[in-house]
Amino acid sequence: MDLTSLTIDTARSAIQERKTTALALAEAHYARIQKEDGQIGAYLTLSKERALEQADRIDRMAAEGTTLPSLGGVPVGIKDVMSTRGVRTTAGSKILGQYIPPYDCTAVQRLESAGAVVLGKMNCDEFAMGSSNENSAYHPVRNPRDLTRVPGGSSGGSAAAVAADMAVFTLGSDTGGSIRQPASFCGVVGLMPTYGRVSRYGLIAFASSLDHIGPLTKTVKDAAIVLRTIAGRDPMDSTSADVPVPDYEAELDKPVRGLKLGVAKEYLGDGLDEEVRQAVVSAIDRLKELGCEIVPVSLPHTPYAIPTYYVIATAEASANLARFDGVRYGHRARGVKTLSEMYRRSRDEGFGAEVKRRIMLGTYALSAGYYDAYYLKAQKVRTLLTQDFDEAFRKVDAILTPTSPTAAFRLGEKSNDPLAMYLADIYTVTADLAGIPGVSVPCGETREKLPIGLQILGKHFDESTILRVAHAYEQA
Amino acid sequence: MKVTEKDVAYVAELANLDLTTEERSGMLRDLNSILDYVDRLNELDTSDVQPMAQVSDRYGVDQSKQGSERFAYANREDVVEGLRKSLPHTEALQNAPDADEQFFRVPKVIER
Repeated sequence: MDLTSLTIDTARSAIQERKTTALALAEAHYARIQKEDGQIGAYLTLSKERALEQADRIDRMAAEGTTLPSLGGVPVGIKDVMSTRGVRTTAGSKILGQYIPPYDCTAVQRLESAGAVVLGKMNCDEFAMGSSNENSAYHPVRNPRDLTRVPGGSSGGSAAAVAADMAVFTLGSDTGGSIRQPASFCGVVGLMPTYGRVSRYGLIAFASSLDHIGPLTKTVKDAAIVLRTIAGRDPMDSTSADVPVPDYEAELDKPVRGLKLGVAKEYLGDGLDEEVRQAVVSAIDRLKELGCEIVPVSLPHTPYAIPTYYVIATAEASANLARFDGVRYGHRARGVKTLSEMYRRSRDEGFGAEVKRRIMLGTYALSAGYYDAYYLKAQKVRTLLTQDFDEAFRKVDAILTPTSPTAAFRLGEKSNDPLAMYLADIYTVTADLAGIPGVSVPCGETREKLPIGLQILGKHFDESTILRVAHAYEQA
Repeated sequence: MKVTEKDVAYVAELANLDLTTEERSGMLRDLNSILDYVDRLNELDTSDVQPMAQVSDRYGVDQSKQGSERFAYANREDVVEGLRKSLPHTEALQNAPDADEQFFRVPKVIER
């Protein structure tokens, strides 16, 4: 048995049936990380002690014949923006280079309660700000399919590790596309749940009204299993919704025949790579053959999504990142004489270029005289973008789009042009702004063998339908 | 150009950043280029549109209820150590760059 090519179910049952052990599975993944990750760079920190302790607990359960929990012994990697008690958590930033959280993120705690084995922390763009993983303060991540290309971002390490079999699955976070776009670039499944579906407690905040936690997996079924584990009301996050969590896995096999799937011309227009367009159109045809009804829909405000996003996200980021002051945690500049100098120099030394750029943009948009012109304006356009989806979902059950306008680009290709980088998120930011769920599922390759992703967007709290469509497409 | 050097200096001060001369000129260029792009929002007439700060008050809540009643499920008792215990003193201070056994230590606050 190849221990590093297993899915959640096959890994768990192999341990349950004593064909292998959780310990052997963890060790096999660490061996693969040792061998492969030097050139990929997906991990920032390994949590071996914690992993082996958990694996031992699961092996003892299996030896006693106890039924293992849903993720029993399954090796997972956690994006380094989620707090892990006693395990360094950097958010990909130098400012948190030595930070050891005193508590666990709810999503991580729920995974471990369900038996998952936390292998380590995944590299990402600094504070999840980026679309290529080149903004990590430590080192970039390389796409396992082509080492000269980016894995996408900001959850680049999370996507690359799953693609390179260095974890069975990982958790990522998505504020403007940071789960779905890297999933698409690396050829794995990436799910952003509805806003409020998964608690954000313990997630290092980037833009609080847009931040989501979700899984990156090898199969749609695995994404369904993980979502059920991490979803649901958490009193520690007042924005976590009080909405019942269905058995997503059980819903996967319901027929897709008769479902109405929307296709919006605004997502297939200028700027879309021709090979990506062809792959997505073929996927749409495939779903039609499976009995889905394809319905044209209009999302007319789509061209305004990126500017809206960059005003709102940076405004919220400038407020959230004000907490990094060198007092309670994080980097403090040496040799400073006054408190004010300490704040400024600690932040200057601790933050990277893109983070400073976004803090500046957000601070500007919120400053006296510009608040109405930028921040308030963007909030109003956010309403229009959300109404577009409300309108479309009166006619259809889900919407099909490309995840990204291109396949993975080369390292360095966009890193000197912030605006060009922002446009990589053109098809993903709308769902973050509207709070709706979206999943990216692989739908073919370019001639250069680079993965392409199909994005399926759904109604608020209706992850079941988009997972069902993704599963049907994946199995077809 | 909407953002001037003076604006960059002012905003940096608000954001508690110093920025090098080089960073300031890069910021001047990038902020202007991004804000030029953001200006396309002005193509839309939003005079009758309500702003939206977040999505939680519209979806996943009981629409028949009004205002904070929609979030009654999130209410909790106002008691010490309600949801979880507070961090012990030593743990709360363990990540501090400078602390004694009681307090975070910072440089002098009042200059004379």
